[in-house]
Amino acid sequence: MAMKIGNEKFKDNVNKQMEDTFMRGAVAGAQERLRTRRLDAAEELGNWEEWRSHGEEIRQHTLDHLDYYLQELSENLQKRGGHVFFAATAEEANDYVKGIVKEKRAKKILKAKSMVTEEIGLNGVLEQEGCDVIETDLGEYILQLDDHDPPSHIVTPALHKNKEQIKDVFTEKLDYKLTSKPEELALHAREKLRQEFLQADIGITGCNFAIAESGSVGLVTNEGNAGMVSDLPDTQICVMGMERIVPTFEEFEVLVGLLTRSAVGQKLTSYITALTGPRTAEEADGPSEFHLVIVDNGRSGILGTEFQSVLQCIRCAACINVCPVYRHIGGHSYNSIYPGPIGAVLTPLLGGYDDFKELPYASTLCAACTDACPVKIPLHQLLHRHRQVIVEREGRAPISEKMAMKAFGIGASSNPLYAAGSKMASSVMKPFTKDETISKGPGPLKAWTEIRDFPAPNKERFRDWFKQHEKESGKL
Amino acid sequence: MIQNKERFLANVASRLSRTEVLTERPSRNWNYRPQDKTLTDKTQDELVDILRDQCRLIHTELIETDSSGLPEVLAETVAAYGGGPLAIWQDHRYDAFGLREQLATWPNQGIDVHEWDPSIGHDNIGIVEQANIGITFSDITLAESGTVVLFSGEGKGRTVSLLPHKYIALVPKSTIVPRMTQAAQRISKQVQDGEAIASCINFITGPSNSADIEMNLVVGVHGPVKAAYIVIEDR
Repeated sequence: MAMKIGNEKFKDNVNKQMEDTFMRGAVAGAQERLRTRRLDAAEELGNWEEWRSHGEEIRQHTLDHLDYYLQELSENLQKRGGHVFFAATAEEANDYVKGIVKEKRAKKILKAKSMVTEEIGLNGVLEQEGCDVIETDLGEYILQLDDHDPPSHIVTPALHKNKEQIKDVFTEKLDYKLTSKPEELALHAREKLRQEFLQADIGITGCNFAIAESGSVGLVTNEGNAGMVSDLPDTQICVMGMERIVPTFEEFEVLVGLLTRSAVGQKLTSYITALTGPRTAEEADGPSEFHLVIVDNGRSGILGTEFQSVLQCIRCAACINVCPVYRHIGGHSYNSIYPGPIGAVLTPLLGGYDDFKELPYASTLCAACTDACPVKIPLHQLLHRHRQVIVEREGRAPISEKMAMKAFGIGASSNPLYAAGSKMASSVMKPFTKDETISKGPGPLKAWTEIRDFPAPNKERFRDWFKQHEKESGKL
Repeated sequence: MIQNKERFLANVASRLSRTEVLTERPSRNWNYRPQDKTLTDKTQDELVDILRDQCRLIHTELIETDSSGLPEVLAETVAAYGGGPLAIWQDHRYDAFGLREQLATWPNQGIDVHEWDPSIGHDNIGIVEQANIGITFSDITLAESGTVVLFSGEGKGRTVSLLPHKYIALVPKSTIVPRMTQAAQRISKQVQDGEAIASCINFITGPSNSADIEMNLVVGVHGPVKAAYIVIEDR
């Protein structure tokens, strides 16, 4: 799986997803819980706006000096015996990892949740090499068992599935015989995965934040699976998006606190681990070989542009949890591993407008995302900017918008046409009008009135009203 | 070994309108520092109160005692968690806190104790994996979040807190600081002083958990299913 998760058109995806009533209920409920938890955690901390501003300045500073900090990170990790590979593309990153797998003759590879390895499609590449690649985050494990069902949320990837569906997957794939109680399902996964952990040749993790001053990699989980993946196999590979870095432990602490509160409303998650190179000569557990793969894959193309602030993202999904559009269409509609407002901004930048030009329109521009973002990315402004670029620079506005604008252009530029059109509007729409509203509109109005009413054109035109008004006030 | 660095960083620098990669450390002049005024005015006793309240939220039992009561409290907690086998660090603090006698007593009661042994290397892992309870000291303890911070090292295997079915952290009261800020500052100072930091620094907050199935909280997924902190009055 790469960043793009299917070949269907955006509209077809949306129509299909809107039919899925379980998914829509699950998404709405999850949004509500996650949103409330975040607000409670922010209130409890106090000075939330000051924390956000600090988070923003840290992220901006780091991006503005990214070359320095990546250099510092790589040199410090090397001093601790780690290997660093800078990968300009997904292919370079995958080839490097493939090289390690071949050298180690690795068969079993365990992974902790990582968005960037999804983005570069690493699992598929390793499976083609004949490796057994096992996801260990419970949500991702469920999706992987279910014939690689794509994730629908960046923090809780199996959000769209209910426990009955999960039980069915376990029954079919794991010979599971118990009930759909989450405790029993989780215990079964624990037992299955514990054996895998102990036999793994290579562990692969992502990276929430690398720490430049010490050459460390920071991982944030609740389940403890990242610890298993990094402690047990003899070789560890961390894959990080190149912007996921902070200068020192002091900034690491600030961003981890913003991440855990914004993502799940916890002060800290159960496991936060800072790994610095392989185990030392005196130590008996931990990997003997440590590799860090730093991935560009389109990110540098965003740096230095009007979209740079999207690279401030710390992948907390707070924007997703407040988005009214995501609430209705769900994660799969975005056709990208990055859904919601952050996905609608980021996906077209990484994947191009050809495949993803609809995404910036999957927003009401209500700015709830911008208000929720713990590092103050102006998400709704970036979505608006995307639309401007799509229309002005790319010349590919949506067809309906193009037709409407063209029709308005013709109608408004000719005096007789405008007069005739505006006079006729009321009577043309009369068959569709009831109580001053249109609830079943024709043609281009159909998509709108399927879900809400449209106000009927006023019987009296503004121009006629104005003439009459002036006459009555004696000015003519 | 570092590969592909020059080309990669030259591109990043040019995107940032620089002709060469920045080699001078940028100064960090933050306009905001909310961490300096968060819980920094609390006394050590107030921090214990905060830790106690937080432990309720993270499904972690908090027990308070002093050095003389510690062996008994630990024995009770171990019994309540179903006894051995136990896995512990090779750590002089067990002696400093008067636990050596208790550690010697357990095997006579049929409770195996595995003390981390660097000389047997990876074989430690298999033994620890079979342990019912892992017991370690906390190196730094964060009151706000209810977190124990563990630095890996020669006798301090990282898996002791992760693989056993339950986990007990011994928390000397003097290790308690307000929040992660103070731990981060201490580690950062080590780096600046040129000391080697631990290869694995674990911030552990209660037992492992997941909410991946219908957003229901399940306590105990890959790591321990239960956790207790024993706070020891030590000054």
